[in-house]
Amino acid sequence: MTTPLAARPSSVQLTAAIAAAIRAHARAESPREACGIIIGTAEAASGGVALRWEPTRNSLGSPTLYEIDATELLRISLAADDADEAIWGIVHSHVASKAEPSSTDVLVAGYPDALYLIVSLARGHAAPDSAPGIRAWWILDGEAHEVALEIS
Amino acid sequence: MSVSVRIPPVLRAHVGGVKVVQMSGATLGEVLSALVVAHADLREQIFESDGALRRWVNVYVDGADARHLAGLETPTPAGIEVVILPAMAGGSR
Repeated sequence: MTTPLAARPSSVQLTAAIAAAIRAHARAESPREACGIIIGTAEAASGGVALRWEPTRNSLGSPTLYEIDATELLRISLAADDADEAIWGIVHSHVASKAEPSSTDVLVAGYPDALYLIVSLARGHAAPDSAPGIRAWWILDGEAHEVALEIS
Repeated sequence: MSVSVRIPPVLRAHVGGVKVVQMSGATLGEVLSALVVAHADLREQIFESDGALRRWVNVYVDGADARHLAGLETPTPAGIEVVILPAMAGGSR
């Protein structure tokens, strides 16, 4: 069942190593949007802990759209389920805009218990150390809600 | 002809929490139609209102994306596994 918003963690943690790998993947794929999956002990909405980052191919190969390659999605999803792990987070980059969900992101979002992370390569939206900024969102019932993201 | 349909965690609440359901049908379209008759909450996850496969769902037959096979006409011989996964997609536009 989908965890109600009020019952979700008010902040989420990501290791510096995973954050660095996400930023590196976003830069390497630019000018195309980059994407990938974070596997966790459980869904982020139910308090799971992020375990590992799985970069994936953007099958749309577009600067403004992404879709995680269907074959990679199958492999990663089944392996996580078989190991009693879960889709903790779903990551994509915005090459030239801020790290906020677009109307497309909200419309298509199909994993309400996963955390949606967006990494922005746009100037002016970097983290304090000038690395590409990463922001985290719940997307459920057609609305996006930002979650405090702690990288340590 | 019994076909296993694997339901991902994100959709499992719609089928009573089980991981795999058994359905009958000679084609993917027949299997998925039987599935949404048995579990009506899944209909809007799988089908567009005109009965086409929804754009933002991936359906696999024996490990292959059904869009690269024959879509809803893909044969589903007994014992084959069908997997349903919502797409992970979006973008800045």
